[in-house]
Amino acid sequence: MKPRDDELRFDLQIIASWIEPGSKVLGLGCGEGDLLHFLKKNKQVTCTGIELNEDKVAKCIEKGLTVLQGDINEEVLDYPDDAFDYVILSQTLQQIYEPGELLRSMLRIGKRGVVSFPSFSHWRVRLQLLTTGRAPITKQLPYDWHDTPNIRVIALKDFRRFSRETGFSILREVAINTDYHEKSGNIIKLFANLRATYGVFLIGKRKQ
Amino acid sequence: MSEYIEHNRNGVSVGIVDKKLFTFAQPPKEMILENGSTLGPVSLAYETYGELNPDRSNTVLIMHALSGDSHVAGYYGNDDAKPGWWEIMVGPGKGIDTNKYFVVCSNILASCMGSTGPGSINPKSGKPFGLDFPVVTIGDMVTAQKALLDHLGIKRVLSVVGGSIGGLQVLEWCLRYPDMVVSAIPLATTPKHSALTIAFNEVARQAIMVDPNWNKGDYYNGAKPDLGLAVARMIGHITYLSDESMRHKFGRRLQDRSDFSFNFDADFQVESYLRYQGSKFVERFDANSFLYITKASDYFDLTRQYDSGSLVKAFSRARAKFLVVSFTSDWLYPTYQSKAMVKAMKKNGLDVSFCEIEADWGHDAFLLPNERLTALIKGFLECVYNETER
Repeated sequence: MKPRDDELRFDLQIIASWIEPGSKVLGLGCGEGDLLHFLKKNKQVTCTGIELNEDKVAKCIEKGLTVLQGDINEEVLDYPDDAFDYVILSQTLQQIYEPGELLRSMLRIGKRGVVSFPSFSHWRVRLQLLTTGRAPITKQLPYDWHDTPNIRVIALKDFRRFSRETGFSILREVAINTDYHEKSGNIIKLFANLRATYGVFLIGKRKQ
Repeated sequence: MSEYIEHNRNGVSVGIVDKKLFTFAQPPKEMILENGSTLGPVSLAYETYGELNPDRSNTVLIMHALSGDSHVAGYYGNDDAKPGWWEIMVGPGKGIDTNKYFVVCSNILASCMGSTGPGSINPKSGKPFGLDFPVVTIGDMVTAQKALLDHLGIKRVLSVVGGSIGGLQVLEWCLRYPDMVVSAIPLATTPKHSALTIAFNEVARQAIMVDPNWNKGDYYNGAKPDLGLAVARMIGHITYLSDESMRHKFGRRLQDRSDFSFNFDADFQVESYLRYQGSKFVERFDANSFLYITKASDYFDLTRQYDSGSLVKAFSRARAKFLVVSFTSDWLYPTYQSKAMVKAMKKNGLDVSFCEIEADWGHDAFLLPNERLTALIKGFLECVYNETER
């Protein structure tokens, strides 16, 4: 995939490419609003972001983005059904206490959801655990066990199974191997569960 | 609420400004108030800074709080010691940039800073109104401001901005004249006063009304209820600070002494501060205006107005894009009250941003220098301005 914009991180470029122009988007845990700003500027998307951190919220508002300071798990509850075309949860699923509930909310208030997360089944993670016998630390999962915000360890395969159990469908999926902050990367087609550092999924309500 | 605390004379300013007067509602076309009575003629003192652009789309309407006035920024003359009450926010290149926007602020109805209020002469009797002045509402104040904008030829306002009781007016504007308001910035405010806020206001009003000089509001020819008004202001100042800010500012430090006096002088710095604020306030404010404005703010309740019954229904009238800001240590209008408004706005699909600013200074934080607040307002206004220009 050719990068659409040099400013955007590779995983966000993929998400951006999935969003239809002129749609309504909610970004959960939107950080400093890089993706939302890109979508607003380049795809005439109507964006709202939710972010807990005051500094990041302020940076978003200063950029002219509509952002609410709050806890994503609570804030999603206020919106009416199908209020958005897409609800995006980028690199945050691994920090959510009740992922099932949040994903259900996402697909209640949005027609589609976008979820991305670092994969715990990458070969380096596996190898580290096997060889050192200690909790793995990688570029994508850089924290020690005692100070990590990542309370969930997820593999691409786990997420697929989760979708079946929780009752949503996976409409698109892309596995990539890139560093967290990198602007370019590769899409992995073969042995993705082993070789990908991140997974990006487009999810929808399961058809009755 | 503690306008005029501290200001730096140096620095960029809108410069020399003057207070203007607009009079309307001449009998028999008097203003009809929410309580059913009529009032007229009505005068509003107001100031404007910056230039109205050719398509009249760059007006920022600022609302002042309880004891404020139309003098938002600048100086009345070269010898003027103090600038307007929001000099830090309003001026060339500042958060509300007077190079870009046409800023309007009027003194509210029932105040004593140039607009018609209980201290004005009642045309029917030729004497000051006193308690014959009708009990006005926040809605009445906003209706009067609308008349001023009509007079200025402004049909749409780029943004209405205000904190505290000024914030109540901002919300009222958004619901009363939804098609006139492009965006709104309610700061440190609430959709309705809590019992705690009403309680503080009531104690403050009682302090005035038990002062023998108050004389049922008829004191304009004699001694004024200064003691009562000073106590009312002292109560107010407690609510504008916070536990934390008072610990920082005063702690248990003593004022000009090394030990207790063992009498009832102002031993502690906090006592001295409150007495000073109280005595300073009576020089510039009218006790009856204090009663009327606090009462209007206690009556304000968005869930009751417009036959709505709920905050969600109330905001279904609004069309504006919102920036709601609260402050962590504000216990007069705490964050949960701002969040309740935000929730109702979200349920109506309104475009709303919300930020809770970490600040130790209690309710007063919205008037104190705060880079975060300045940057938020500046960025938000620029975005709204650019979007309407397109």
